[in-house]
Amino acid sequence: MNIVVCVKHVPDATADRKFEDDFTVDRVGVDGLLSELDEYAVEQALQFREKREGEEITVTALTVGPEKAADAVRKALQMGADSGVHVVDDAIAGSDYIATSLVLAKAVEKIKADAGADLVICGMASTDASGSVVPAMLAERLGLPQVTLASVIESQGDQIRIKRDNEGSTEVIGATLPIVLSVTDQSGEARYPSFKGIMAAKKKPLETWSLSDLGVDAGEVGLSVAWSQVEDTTERPPRTAGEIVTDEDGSGAGALVDFLASKKFI
Amino acid sequence: MSEVLVVVDHADGEVKKPTYELLTIAKRLGEPAAVFFGSPEQGDAVAEKVKKYGAAKVYVIDDAQIKGFLVAPKAEALQQLVEKTSPAAILLPSTFENKEVAARLAIKIGSGLITDAVDVQEGGVTTQSVFAGNFTVQAKVTQGTPIITVKPNSAAPEESEGAGTVEAFAATISDGAKTAQIVATQPRQSTGRPELTEAAIVVSGGRGTGGNFEPVEGFADSLGAAVGASRAAVDSGWMPHAFQVGQTGKTVSPQLYVANGISGAIQHRAGMQTSKTIVAVNKDPEAPIFELVDFGVVGDLHTVLPAATEKVKERKG
Ligand SMILES: Cc1cc2nc3c(=O)[nH]c(=O)nc-3n(C[C@H](O)[C@H](O)[C@H](O)COP(=O)(O)OP(=O)(O)OC[C@H]3O[C@@H](n4cnc5c(N)ncnc54)[C@H](O)[C@@H]3O)c2cc1C
Ligand SMILES: Nc1ncnc2c1ncn2[C@@H]1O[C@H](COP(=O)(O)O)[C@@H](O)[C@H]1O
Repeated sequence: MNIVVCVKHVPDATADRKFEDDFTVDRVGVDGLLSELDEYAVEQALQFREKREGEEITVTALTVGPEKAADAVRKALQMGADSGVHVVDDAIAGSDYIATSLVLAKAVEKIKADAGADLVICGMASTDASGSVVPAMLAERLGLPQVTLASVIESQGDQIRIKRDNEGSTEVIGATLPIVLSVTDQSGEARYPSFKGIMAAKKKPLETWSLSDLGVDAGEVGLSVAWSQVEDTTERPPRTAGEIVTDEDGSGAGALVDFLASKKFI
Repeated sequence: MSEVLVVVDHADGEVKKPTYELLTIAKRLGEPAAVFFGSPEQGDAVAEKVKKYGAAKVYVIDDAQIKGFLVAPKAEALQQLVEKTSPAAILLPSTFENKEVAARLAIKIGSGLITDAVDVQEGGVTTQSVFAGNFTVQAKVTQGTPIITVKPNSAAPEESEGAGTVEAFAATISDGAKTAQIVATQPRQSTGRPELTEAAIVVSGGRGTGGNFEPVEGFADSLGAAVGASRAAVDSGWMPHAFQVGQTGKTVSPQLYVANGISGAIQHRAGMQTSKTIVAVNKDPEAPIFELVDFGVVGDLHTVLPAATEKVKERKG
């Protein structure tokens, strides 16, 4: 059995993220890294493998993105994934969810043809686009059940059960493999790569595929054919410095309540 | 004028406020038509509610075949409704579930998708808040029927009488869509407080509460507010995950947000930075949350909040 984990290389959320002149996300001027939320996906893939000792299970980390995106796959290999795939092609730049999910789906199909793909695991959201839609789109394109936003994952044979928080309830969802699964940051802290893991990762296979390897026409992806277009981006003006008081002998509560009353909140 | 489909946000037939916000927005794009997934018995009552906000039609889709499964059946039903009605746009309240419904629908009908809009103007230009609220983005769907998921509090609901004609829509759900099964559901206990994402005021607590949320809850109740929490408070087991504000919790955009014992990490900001007025109580004058505030108190929340609660009660009489 082979597990595919989808990992995205994203600009560091703690840095000053920006846009390019064509309104695409600046992926060069800002340091990038494996999206923290996809670390949870890698972790769950590794745990799945570890829990099912004795079974032949491999984990393939898959990313779609520019040159540097290979770093996201490398990190997954260091954490313990067995192999990696990086889909890179100039034509992909500026792709929306629709095109990204198309390329991912084609890559999963190719992995499936070579090694099988019984389980596709995604993060709950990319930390740059934050759409939380790619897993559902992947499921739709692959014709698979989607089991999303899992905080607890259990499996037995080809049966998967997850627990998740929904709007007003907690739910248990059941499905039969193959599926697309997404996991939240409640699913358990991701491991750090060990020194041994970092060394071992250097010898693990990391393949680079282009659109033609996947049989995707360059005209189907990229900024110019995106089904939604950004017309403008505006940096939020810094908030004007507010009033800050220091609480002394209970003065803070009075000042706070006066402020709230002046704004008609009371 | 073309119809604009608005998926009704409801809990067991109780229509939620974002529905009215979306109907208000829909009027800018065409003629609002509500889409209710639920029991046909509840359809009439829902129609009475949504017609007050301009719904000309109310499509009732019996959810007997739908509610036991995740997302895919709803996307199928909407695809069929879109084929029948050729709407100008489809608006959905931006919940995780609806974003996934929208995602599948977008692929099915070959349409562009915009998620988490905080505004939609005439002509379908959307505004989104991105990068933890540091940027706003204007965008537009350029292919197919625009599918837009809209955040709560994106418009003030405006009343206007619509015909509210109820029409049952019989969707055919394929077996292939019924594959991810909801095995069990446990409704969360109501706190009696306003819903976090819809509340006009949110009072939150973080690690600085030290696990004692009473001062935070007391202050929230004096203001009629919802209670929120940072991830640190949730990870410590002090509050359920449903109360978490931030990147991996809820995004809130209330009139007033009060952060108590919360440092203001970027992931927390991502969920509250667009609040209209921001107030913080924190004993560290260097806490980054103070960069965001309209008003801040440097002090211990365990003394400031109970005293403030008393004063609010006095003022309210
Ligand atoms: C992938 C990812 C996703 C995340 N998602 C979220 C998210 O959705 N939401 C979220 O909140 N965080 C999220 N985080 C975590 C975030 O980075 C911070 O760790 C978290 O917000 C810190 O919570 P805090 O402010 O309560 O705790 P701390 O950062 O520890 O701050 C506690 C504050 O309380 C103050 N304090 C202490 N005692 C008192 C007192 N008696 N009175 C007044 N003030 C006091 C301290 O001065 C300090 O500023 C995420 C992190 C990652 C990596
Ligand atoms: N370019 C990409 N490469 C690999 N995986 C991706 C990519 N974009 C999105 N994903 C996966 O889809 C999840 C949700 O992304 P999003 O819908 O963009 O929020 C992420 O957590 C990843 O697992």
